[in-house]
Amino acid sequence: MNAYSGYDRMLRQGGLDRRSFGKLAAMLGASASVGAMLPGAARAQGEPKKGGSVAIGATGGATTDSLNPLLATASIHQLTSFMWGNCLVEYGTDGSAVPELAESWEPSPDAKTWRFNLRKGVTFHDGKELDAEDVIWTLNQSRGEGSQSGAAGIMTQVKDLRADGSHVVVVELEEGNADLPYLMTDYHLVIMQKDSDPASGIGTGGYRITEFDPGVRIFGERNENYFKTGRANLDSVEIVGIADPAARTAALQTGQIQIMERVDPKTVDLLGKMPGVTIHRAAGGGHYSMVMRCDTAPFDNNDFRLGLKYAADREDILAKILRGLGRVGNDQPIPVTDPFFAADLPQRTYDPDKARFHMKKAGYGGEKIPFSTSDAPFAGAVDAAVLYQQHAAAAGINIDVIREPADGYWNDVWMKKPFCFTFWGGRPTADMMMSIAYHSKAAWNESYWFRPDFDKLLVQARAELDRPKRAQMYAELQRMINEEGGELIPMFNDFVDASTAEVQNFELTPQLGLCGMRAPERVWLDA
Amino acid sequence: MPDLARLIGKRLLLGLLTLFAVSVLVFIGTELLPGDLAEVILGQTATPEAVAAIRAKLNLGDPAVLRYWRWFSGVLVGDFGNSLASGRPIVTVLLPRLQATLFLAATAAVIAVPLAIALGLLSALWRDRTFDKTTSAATLAAISMPEFFIGYLLVYVFAVQLGWFPAISRISPSAGFGQKLWAIALPALTLTLVTTGHMMRMTRAAVVQVLSAPYIEMAELKGTPRRAIIFRHALPNAIGPIANVVVLNLAFLVVGVILVEVVFVYPGMGQLMVDAVSKRDIPLIQACAIVFAITYVGLNMLADIVSILANPRLRHPR
Repeated sequence: MNAYSGYDRMLRQGGLDRRSFGKLAAMLGASASVGAMLPGAARAQGEPKKGGSVAIGATGGATTDSLNPLLATASIHQLTSFMWGNCLVEYGTDGSAVPELAESWEPSPDAKTWRFNLRKGVTFHDGKELDAEDVIWTLNQSRGEGSQSGAAGIMTQVKDLRADGSHVVVVELEEGNADLPYLMTDYHLVIMQKDSDPASGIGTGGYRITEFDPGVRIFGERNENYFKTGRANLDSVEIVGIADPAARTAALQTGQIQIMERVDPKTVDLLGKMPGVTIHRAAGGGHYSMVMRCDTAPFDNNDFRLGLKYAADREDILAKILRGLGRVGNDQPIPVTDPFFAADLPQRTYDPDKARFHMKKAGYGGEKIPFSTSDAPFAGAVDAAVLYQQHAAAAGINIDVIREPADGYWNDVWMKKPFCFTFWGGRPTADMMMSIAYHSKAAWNESYWFRPDFDKLLVQARAELDRPKRAQMYAELQRMINEEGGELIPMFNDFVDASTAEVQNFELTPQLGLCGMRAPERVWLDA
Repeated sequence: MPDLARLIGKRLLLGLLTLFAVSVLVFIGTELLPGDLAEVILGQTATPEAVAAIRAKLNLGDPAVLRYWRWFSGVLVGDFGNSLASGRPIVTVLLPRLQATLFLAATAAVIAVPLAIALGLLSALWRDRTFDKTTSAATLAAISMPEFFIGYLLVYVFAVQLGWFPAISRISPSAGFGQKLWAIALPALTLTLVTTGHMMRMTRAAVVQVLSAPYIEMAELKGTPRRAIIFRHALPNAIGPIANVVVLNLAFLVVGVILVEVVFVYPGMGQLMVDAVSKRDIPLIQACAIVFAITYVGLNMLADIVSILANPRLRHPR
């Protein structure tokens, strides 16, 4: 079964019409691959070519890495997991949920009980056929007391898992969730064999891992029995951990690698001018945020927060820190690529007069406002803070930039200091992003924003299967965060990767770089 | 001779004491690192449940002294324990990295040490002439540039422009010796440039000093050929200081090349230790520190012994 059929299905179901599809593609700023996102056009780019090998320079590798997908954090881990494994559902290039190991799914009317029908005849690398027991065992690894899985948080909503025959998995939730298929795209939930060692690297994926040197190199050879047609076209894939952006660039220039993750924004223009190099920009949900603790004075006053929000020149920060490789933020975390993005919400702009007005209303008299930052949340966070300091000064606001140590930033500064910088990688759905950081009870409610009406609407929206109704609810939730929340979100970043020109079918995917971390199975080489 | 054995024995004992002190200091250092070990292992994605699970698994609630003693008593019997972050035995993590580091260090040393000593001798011999001045200027220039900058320059010239050597030192396990040498050509060259200046100048200074001694004048008056003066009379007496500076640089090649490793993506000990620190993998940090300390203490001991052997006055004290 071809993976594109998922998009076809999506289109047929009316989840996304062709026009909004095209609009989305345009918004993504897609370079070469816009056509590849449309099912009809996909074939126009040529049939996939088999053969060749590709080396990918990726970031985040450490000697302490393991193949265990439950512990995955950095992009190199995600890339590796998707080489050897698959999820039940794949995150599509258009942001839709595409069938992967599950060939279809049906929710109950209250979205509390979901049936996932597994694809038949899929085998693991060791020859065993995939069945419902494997899926249940895998999902259970992320449940229960003491689970170390990064997906443990999202799996707490699962009440029960059971098999209905050998190829149906029934998931029962504590409360309805219309986005459950999206949760199944989480890279921690790569399906493993029942009772196997999670670090074995044996899965159903397009490549068998033949060498694993933690943080240094991962080598995989094509799985000839792969269940997807037209995918995993390369004979072999090598992932090389390269932390230094200059070293990644040099390796791409000299042909030691064919794909590089994360181009340095400072050099992207120069690299793009080089013959034989293609830059790939994918928009997504990754965003920077200046978090104010709404439970701490003076940030507990909404006028104070609004004043600070109006005092940021987002265009300037975007242009100077990201060299324009992103989009301005509107003080709410849902990106333009999300189907539930509230396009009607007015964009907040730099307005020193309004800032001054709100600050005055909040009783601000020009005192120093400490703002903690560091290059830990993202490279350039310190520079961005200094820029903001300048913008705010024009509104009579006295920001005191405090540079904290990068080491230990997430433990000692984030969620402790009343005003600090933070970074969020995108989440696949609006519900996930809001549940994880804006719900009153969320472990990472970093702005300490407690709003029962928000919580209630969020839970309602989660279970709503009627799309227009749901969109309305999310628009309201975004408005609440924008107007009253404790997050000043100046910008969303693009994922900027580069490849040599012979790399084809680099399908941009919102949310993550490197084709949604699935570059190994999506690209092929044009000889 | 028994005197000599005792002397060396005393040095060894002192070395072991130093190592013990280092291990205690490193442990205290790791305790002072900001952040909780369990939270840092899990990063931003830490949930309270997962943190508690890790804390319990690693006995983080126990007092520091107890944890230290558990680890140290293991090391005494050759067991470094398991990596906290990955769960793998530390020896299996450490050994390939140590091998890689030693391979690069040895390659750089094989080029740099003879080169530095030869240049140093020649500079001493042709003191204040053009050769001496050119060599001085060139090696000083190389030493003054940060090593990562030299690395980038070499990559730009020899990898990007000329294409002679690879930009990153990717070594597949099946690579032959020649391929390995080719892969590490640029980092080895970088390290050569970084270390040669220091060794060369010390060699020159030591030899120049010896050459000004009265017995050299005597030898010259006797009509001893220049070459014999240098190799028979001057060099043996300059070996002490030369050995010391060579050893210092060898130790640097093993423990101080993290920047070069990062620029050339070379999987050595430096990167391992940085990873270990960022993941708060205490036993791994300790193991790395012990290996580094052994390198330093061992090499310095070697330099002492060489100096003693080369110097009759030290060989027969009093």
